[in-house]
Amino acid sequence: MSASEQGGMERHQYDVIVVGAGGAGLRAAIAAHDAGAKTAVVCKSLLGKAHTVMAEGGIAAAMGNRWPEDNWEVHFRDTMRGGKMLNNWRMAQLHAQEAPERVQELEDWGALFDRTEDGLISQRDFGGHKYARLAHVGDRTGLEMIRTLQQRTVELGIDVFMECTVTDLFKDESGAISGAFGYWRETGRFIQFDAPAVILATGGIGKSFKVTSNSWEYTGDGHALAMRAGAALINMEFVQFHPTGMVWPPSVKGLLVTESVRGDGGILKNSEGKRFMFDYIPEFFKSETADTEEEADAWYEDKKNNRRPPELLPRDEVARAINSEIKAGRGSPHGGIFLDIASRRTPEFIKKRLPSMYHQFKELADVDITAEPMEIGPTCHYVMGGVEVDADTQESAVPGLYAVGECSGGMHGSNRLGGNSLGDLLVFGKLAGEHAAKKVSGLGANRPAVAPDDVAAAATSAVAPFEVEGGENPYAIQHDLQQAMNDLVGIIREGAELEQALADIEALKERAKQMVVEGHRQYNPGWHLALDLRNMLIVSESIAKAALAREESRGGHTRNDFPKTDHEVWGKKNLVVTLNDSGDGVQLSEKPLPVMPDELKKYFEES
Amino acid sequence: MGYRLKMKLWRGDKSGGELKDYEVDVSEGEVVLDAIHRVQAEQAGDLAVRWNCKAGKCGSCSAEINGKPRLMCMCRLSDFEEDETITVTPMRTFPVVRDLVTDVTFNYEKAAELPSFSPPPRDADGKRRMAQVDVERGQEFRKCIECFLCQNVCHVVRDHEDNKPAFAGPRFFIRYAELDMHPLDTNDRRELAQGAAGIGMCNITKCCTEVCPEGIKITDNAIIPMKERVVDKKYDPLVWLGSKIGIRNKDTESRVPAKQGKAGHIKRPAH
Amino acid sequence: MASTDARESTSGSMEAGVGGPTRADVGVRTLRGDRWWLAPLTTFVVFFGFIVYATFRAFAGKDYYSAPYLSPFYSPCLGDCVEGSSDFGQPFSWFPLSAALIILIFPLGFRMTCYYYRKAYYRAFWLSPPACAVAEPHGSYSGETRFPLIFQNMHRWFWYAAVAIGLILTFDTVISFREQTGVDASGHPTFEWGHMGLGSLLMVINVVLIWAYTLGCHSCRHIMGGRLRHFSKHPVRYKLWTWISKLNGNHARYAWLSLFSIALVDLYIWGLAAGWYDDPRFF
Ligand SMILES: Cc1cc2nc3c(=O)[nH]c(=O)nc-3n(C[C@H](O)[C@H](O)[C@H](O)COP(=O)(O)OP(=O)(O)OC[C@H]3O[C@@H](n4cnc5c(N)ncnc54)[C@H](O)[C@@H]3O)c2cc1C
Ligand code: SF4
Ligand code: SF4
Ligand code: FES
Ligand code: FES
Repeated sequence: MSASEQGGMERHQYDVIVVGAGGAGLRAAIAAHDAGAKTAVVCKSLLGKAHTVMAEGGIAAAMGNRWPEDNWEVHFRDTMRGGKMLNNWRMAQLHAQEAPERVQELEDWGALFDRTEDGLISQRDFGGHKYARLAHVGDRTGLEMIRTLQQRTVELGIDVFMECTVTDLFKDESGAISGAFGYWRETGRFIQFDAPAVILATGGIGKSFKVTSNSWEYTGDGHALAMRAGAALINMEFVQFHPTGMVWPPSVKGLLVTESVRGDGGILKNSEGKRFMFDYIPEFFKSETADTEEEADAWYEDKKNNRRPPELLPRDEVARAINSEIKAGRGSPHGGIFLDIASRRTPEFIKKRLPSMYHQFKELADVDITAEPMEIGPTCHYVMGGVEVDADTQESAVPGLYAVGECSGGMHGSNRLGGNSLGDLLVFGKLAGEHAAKKVSGLGANRPAVAPDDVAAAATSAVAPFEVEGGENPYAIQHDLQQAMNDLVGIIREGAELEQALADIEALKERAKQMVVEGHRQYNPGWHLALDLRNMLIVSESIAKAALAREESRGGHTRNDFPKTDHEVWGKKNLVVTLNDSGDGVQLSEKPLPVMPDELKKYFEES
Repeated sequence: MGYRLKMKLWRGDKSGGELKDYEVDVSEGEVVLDAIHRVQAEQAGDLAVRWNCKAGKCGSCSAEINGKPRLMCMCRLSDFEEDETITVTPMRTFPVVRDLVTDVTFNYEKAAELPSFSPPPRDADGKRRMAQVDVERGQEFRKCIECFLCQNVCHVVRDHEDNKPAFAGPRFFIRYAELDMHPLDTNDRRELAQGAAGIGMCNITKCCTEVCPEGIKITDNAIIPMKERVVDKKYDPLVWLGSKIGIRNKDTESRVPAKQGKAGHIKRPAH
Repeated sequence: MASTDARESTSGSMEAGVGGPTRADVGVRTLRGDRWWLAPLTTFVVFFGFIVYATFRAFAGKDYYSAPYLSPFYSPCLGDCVEGSSDFGQPFSWFPLSAALIILIFPLGFRMTCYYYRKAYYRAFWLSPPACAVAEPHGSYSGETRFPLIFQNMHRWFWYAAVAIGLILTFDTVISFREQTGVDASGHPTFEWGHMGLGSLLMVINVVLIWAYTLGCHSCRHIMGGRLRHFSKHPVRYKLWTWISKLNGNHARYAWLSLFSIALVDLYIWGLAAGWYDDPRFF
């Protein structure tokens, strides 16, 4: 089939279309199906390969299996404090309340979590969580979760369109969602879905950065689709840099080293052999963090009478500390710092608790983590920002358009705690699925229709890269974008650099218009990248614009020129990004933070 | 420490194809997938290759490297001599789509036919209790990243297309074993394992175990134990005698035979 | 034996598989360039050697007993055996051929249906497959679903027999530590404990390897604990299972070693019985 040829177009009718087959998408599909909706899942990769598969540490849920004192209130408080109070309180509350039952449900569907001595689901320690709270399976919890949901989806007979990419959403004249448009990766042929409810669960944006723990899928498709459909994004300036990514060899730079290494006793050292985290304990967390090595080490054995080691501060704090040490010239040979568990735990312990980390370093870096320290550095990991949704229904400003999981915003505020994402996927996936199904059943026969012109326009836009005269290679543009974002919108930001980034993105947008792809439409990665790049560019612009506007430092957003956290001004509002009127860029506005009711405020009074 | 690597990559589709020569700069610590990405970025933008995590966790990048089924992202260039030509082809058991990408739908169909977990009600407090030693065997199998390398190397289907309808393959034998060993499951899957899944086709020649990137002992810990469980039901004189005189295996007596699931919900493009 | 030429042209049987119409057209039966044929070739040669030796010795019907040692090929000796070798009577004394043939079906059947040996001979003798990712030369394949291979499922029966044989070989080994001192008044032989020769040592090694092989059997692993769903409710069987699992992990090694040790003990006794050398005694 040649590029210009239309090819046959498939058309399908559903009640609910879920875009994305990660934890959020699959949970939403299951919920929608259970609520009686005719549901389909559409995903870019094969079923079971979504990013959720890579999650390692665990699912945060206050089940109280290890610590009976743990409950949703404590979890709620930890989440809000981790997000520096910028979270949508209602989402944080729902999450903390419902996560335990969502985890238990996974077990009903066949998940095999690690057990406590009493036979209950075991829970482990993670940064920012007061109690050991993460339900886990070794260091491959995400795999367990996605496989369980995948098997459930298949068992229920939900239709799955895999290796099928959604490139456009359709709306009727009233502005309500009427369907979606995409292409099959395998044949390059187009496919049209008619559905009055679309749930976006497309994950994150990390591929716009050079050093990242994220895969090629993370091009911000859901963010961009929502914006183009008229929805808003919030908190886009907050990008989480995970403190511990691999730095060497170059081919795996950015690959995640799980936080469990620190939860299980690993410590951070600079090139002088100093355990430097003690120098970086912020006021906010002073009262609950150990200030001597003795106390920190004692915590692992006796958590009641000691405070936690500073290595287990929330991720933004640790990432910034590491960054400062490297900048000060105290880094490791390959430009990271040292993460040492070898000198602190026996080889048997390490191999049992961290099997995939052991394997990963052995296979990919020739490093035996039971004998030598690892070299690590910050890596782009997660985007807190995403589609602005209603906390209880997950519906965006566009009727019929829902967003869940990493591509939705609000739940994590300015910084996400480890383990809170997997819980987020389950809790809000279920809510979104249920509400979407309910909405559709309320519509009756009165469904929004897809306009044929919109379909034709979507098709034209999708094949555009084959038609263009020019000479830009999409791979080169992607490379330059990643470099710019890494250098200018990275972990430490500055006004002038952010302005430079915006200028660079403008230039890249121009170049993107000249992109050409070779070959034909059958499984053509060059073409796929060309289409994804449009999303990456607009999402990158959103991040840079919001980052430039927020003149303070908070959570995943650190400004060199505004190092203080400003509770009075910036602590009270979210930045909102929408598509601009001409549709070729984004615009910013501000919105006051939803106000927390008094009965929840009391949890924060003592601090 | 960089050098110029010589590669032969299979380019083509259903209608035919060939091994094409490429040369690409590579550096220390890189894996085969890095080299292929560089070819893609610099010389052949439309080179089809499937991958996601580049960390050996998602099982997308399965291919055959110098004839051996492996993950491209976990195959280090330092395993080869610098002057050695590395040949990469798609998996040879599944229908080829394009270049290094194959259509692995077969595996998803087999997954759908497999009856899933069927638990009893929860304990009174809404939780479930299982001992760590009882879940460990199943956990080994749940490490599976569904790379389908075992399905690819298994000669039962690799060398005999006509066996595909009657054979679930090693990836799903471990799933049968996982469920049959699950401390809470209420189903008996032995009939299905022998019948619909065709475990008798396997002649335990262990290639699946040899290629599994997760190091799962597929043959020793799943297939053979499943075969033994089938023997319990069908061929063991003592078990038969025992059941005649009323000695029953408590673990199995309360279980009900599982029914085969239905395939067809995984949608693929029309050709 | 498998061809050593990796780049063979398409053969008819490939069309059923990797050369089929939907598959990537690579053209050759394997692209493996390593010496994948070495393992099946070695297996073939060694097994073939053993079969020739064992057949010869089993049919020989002589030189299998040299007091106090009885060759494992002939134990228990139930036919018309030489004096002193039949510790369990001679119910088959009418049997015209070598006494080994009466009992050899059990160890033979045990090993032929052993999961490890199956793997080894399917690969080396049947070339099904010769090695991983090397196309096999057969046009069709039905595995162990039909006659005669469905009888592989009888392995457990043979295992029950193998335990009995193991006990008998242990008995043989034990009595290799005593020697006949004479006959009593009623003509029965009299014995005294405390003998030990090189033969006893070899028999001890052999019987240890045979037990390591027999107890590491997959059927044994299953019967002892593998068939359970709740290890936690059967701590003793769980212990047994973990222990057997360790042996089982080395099952292939013990399969080979015990094969060699059986042949070696037999060869040694043959030599003694034929008078080529005397048994060196330790005490
Ligand atoms: C290495 C790593 C470790 C992590 N560890 C943890 C942890 O221990 N605990 C924790 O809570 N969180 C962890 N996280 C974060 C967490 O895993 C992710 O945030 C979460 O899995 C995102 O899930 P999701 O369902 O939103 O999206 P994903 O799982 O990423 O799924 C996105 C889906 O959308 C599909 N898609 C995308 N675009 C399109 C399109 N245009 N058309 C069709 N389909 C599309 C993709 O194919 C995919 O199926 C980790 C993340 C990483 C990278
Ligand atoms: S052991 Fe069985 S399932 Fe595994 S590759 Fe061999 S024949 Fe296939
Ligand atoms: S069992 Fe191993 S080889 Fe087979 S699909 Fe799973 S991970 Fe891959
Ligand atoms: S890309 Fe995920 S396993 Fe290789
Ligand atoms: S498996 Fe080898 S003896 Fe039973």
